[in-house]
Amino acid sequence: MAHTITVNGSRHSVDVDDDTPLLWVLRDNLQLTGTKFGCGVAQCGACTVYMDGQPLRSCSLPVSAVGEAKITTIEALAGKEAEAVQAAWVKHDVPQCGYCQSGQVMSAIALLKEIRKPTDRDIDLAMNGNLCRCATYVRIRAAIHDAARTLEG
Amino acid sequence: MTAHDINLSRRNLLKGAGALVIGMSLPQAGRAQSGAAQVFKPGGDAAFAPNAFIRIAADDTVTVLVKHIEFGQGPFTGLATLVAEELDADWGQMRAEHAVADAKLYANLLFGIQGTGGSTAIANSYEQMRKAGATARAMLVQAAAEAWKVPAAEISVEKGVLKHASGKQGRFGEFAEAASKLQAPVEVKLKDPAQFKLIGKDGATPRLDSRGKSTGKAQFTIDIHTPDMLTVVVARPPRFGGKVASFDASAAKKVKGVVDVKQIPSGVAVYATGTWPALKGREALKVTWDESGAEKRGSRELFAEYRKLARTEGTVAGKHGDAEAVLVKAEKVIESEYAFPYLAHAPMEPLDGYLEWNAQGALARLGSQLQTVDHMTIAKILDLGPEKVTVETMLGGGSFGRRAQPSSELAAELAEVAKAIGPNRPVKLVRTREDDLSGGYYRPLFLHRMRGAVKDGKITAWSASIVGQSFLKGSPFEALIKDGIDPVMVEGANELPYEIADFRCELHTVPVGVPTLWWRSVGHTHTGYAVECFIDQLLQAAGQDPVAGRLALMGKHQRLANVLKAAADLAKWNGPGPVNGRARGVGVVESFGSYVVQIAEVSIGEGGEPKVHKVWCAIDCGVAVNPDVIRAQIEGGIGFGLGHILYGELTLDQGKPVQSNFDSYRSLRINEMPEVEVRIVPSTEKPTGVGEPGVPPIGPAVANALARLGRERPLSLPMVGGTV
Ligand code: FES
Ligand code: FES
Repeated sequence: MAHTITVNGSRHSVDVDDDTPLLWVLRDNLQLTGTKFGCGVAQCGACTVYMDGQPLRSCSLPVSAVGEAKITTIEALAGKEAEAVQAAWVKHDVPQCGYCQSGQVMSAIALLKEIRKPTDRDIDLAMNGNLCRCATYVRIRAAIHDAARTLEG
Repeated sequence: MTAHDINLSRRNLLKGAGALVIGMSLPQAGRAQSGAAQVFKPGGDAAFAPNAFIRIAADDTVTVLVKHIEFGQGPFTGLATLVAEELDADWGQMRAEHAVADAKLYANLLFGIQGTGGSTAIANSYEQMRKAGATARAMLVQAAAEAWKVPAAEISVEKGVLKHASGKQGRFGEFAEAASKLQAPVEVKLKDPAQFKLIGKDGATPRLDSRGKSTGKAQFTIDIHTPDMLTVVVARPPRFGGKVASFDASAAKKVKGVVDVKQIPSGVAVYATGTWPALKGREALKVTWDESGAEKRGSRELFAEYRKLARTEGTVAGKHGDAEAVLVKAEKVIESEYAFPYLAHAPMEPLDGYLEWNAQGALARLGSQLQTVDHMTIAKILDLGPEKVTVETMLGGGSFGRRAQPSSELAAELAEVAKAIGPNRPVKLVRTREDDLSGGYYRPLFLHRMRGAVKDGKITAWSASIVGQSFLKGSPFEALIKDGIDPVMVEGANELPYEIADFRCELHTVPVGVPTLWWRSVGHTHTGYAVECFIDQLLQAAGQDPVAGRLALMGKHQRLANVLKAAADLAKWNGPGPVNGRARGVGVVESFGSYVVQIAEVSIGEGGEPKVHKVWCAIDCGVAVNPDVIRAQIEGGIGFGLGHILYGELTLDQGKPVQSNFDSYRSLRINEMPEVEVRIVPSTEKPTGVGEPGVPPIGPAVANALARLGRERPLSLPMVGGTV
């Protein structure tokens, strides 16, 4: 059936089954392919988007449950946290294959919005739902600390 | 921005900066979106393409066409560095993209076909790409000389700017057209390494792909979308060697969005308008499998068989002196038996592929690691001449060896799926994580039985019996098997860097019906562990220090000894400890021509699990082209190796894979990643690999530290939660 959802500030109507995960609506129907598929069972974080500003595993939320919530994907990132994180990612050459990195970046920005100066333990807690099979973790950590310093000014 | 805008801007982005953009006569629209769709054509179109590797555009960008797949290990940056160095380009003007598959133009010089593996991308490109850059430079200089009417020898090039003492200067783009009309010089002189400005210079060559990969813009195979494209998933047999007996697709076809269902050689393919309908359709499919020819042994049965075999005589893979004679007479024989499970590669992007075709030709786009093999396979299945088939390499979301397929199983399935639905129906074949983990092509299960003797503080004998499966047997690479020895089953174990008077290494090769494959660092994934744990155990029995004891045995292996000294120095080695509950262990492995030593500091953490705090690593990989890429590969290699040594296990229960997703195939997470410090040992030797050599030493380094914390070196992997 038809579902109308708000993604990156625009209303979109898609005609898919109720149980279709938001991830596949974003990727297949709206062609917002920056959000990735890695496991489909909320284990890897590659599919992380924001629902009303909160990070969410889009592979595990049926489109019928989105309702009036506002969805934001990596394509529409804006704001100083996003800038600081993405700049730090580039500066530290964090990505290897890059496939997990949309999700990493989304989680890192959400962390910095919540905690201005995260400790290593804060980073562990906020980021341990995001797998990186290339194991870029050393640089993810360094880049988050660096982004936090940038935000401090 | 709407989805539509994004699609358009992405299209623009992917058109590439090159002015030399020529479409090929291919069937459908996919081409326009392709990052690698531009074809090399010498000269013309106001741009300069001095050879198959470089395009210089009027806008001054230099695009390097990279023959190796980029899946994170860094060839885009690495090969562009080699070109830019000899071209004297400015790093900011450099771009990289995959070259279209072509066995003649783009063969791996060490393989003879196009392909990536064995950590050879830099090694085989080092001179080739530098020559390509030097050639382009010479032609640009010649063009400027003619325009300025000055001798070419008086022109200098610096950071992308051509200069003459008269004050004349210009950028590459200005001379691209003129240069494209010149004859390429036959001989070019390469720089003396002392003149290098980019190669080996820290910070000079940041990765070319970081921004695209930090903004979600980088395009992987799974992101391909073309009009009328069908998404396809395949139901495959639950056991390896099973076949479709019959199937009922009536319920599947009722799922909204399912377009068709077809039997193909590897199973039953469900075609749909999107991924979710395809998955739901597959769920609704009823397939009866014929398992008469399937492998029904599980890991438990295989280990039991292997343990028996290890006690019988095998084929000799290495030998000097008479180890058996010494062991028979020894007062005490030290024995260890190490068991290694099957492991999945589990690249973050599960394998996938895109294909469109008709009688005129085919375009395949996938993360191909052995392009020539995949190319030929697709051509054969579609019954098209290879010249009619274009294979475009996509960025791979990880590989770890999984995409290098002698069997071409992915490309074959992709072509079969496309063939079954017929021409002019573009298909995107996708696999889920469950498909990936239960799909085979694992690191084979192995057993090492080690025996040794120590007398008067010296190791007197070493005997190893290795039991496992050969994946080279029956593959196009079978010729590598010599005298019954598959070299990648014994590499690192049939010759040691340690001088031991009486030595023997035997191999048992067991046929098993489970498809297996090379897995990041191949044989060293198990031989590195067995050898380095056992040498450490013998040294401990001999009362020797893990570092000094190894050094004393490394007479002929000075490069390796130097790396061990460098690692010990970096870690401020002062014995294995423990100190304050933390012990240190050493792992030393030479692989793919690179020498790597890791020292791990370990304690017993929560729930009794090993906690790795820090790893010090020294590496000698010859000339270090991109030091920061090397560090990244070491960090990643340590994380990858550690995750599998601690948690990785793909168990077969009566032939069926048990672990199905990351909830059961546990993967290293950020809180489990140690700190890493890397020292690159300066070298003027030819560059060797870095993609794999960071993996093997970490496992034994952790095990050897555990041995100093009162634990046994784990005999059965993984260390945590093993089920067999
Ligand atoms: S794809 Fe959603 S968490 Fe892995
Ligand atoms: S960069 Fe490859 S999975 Fe994270």
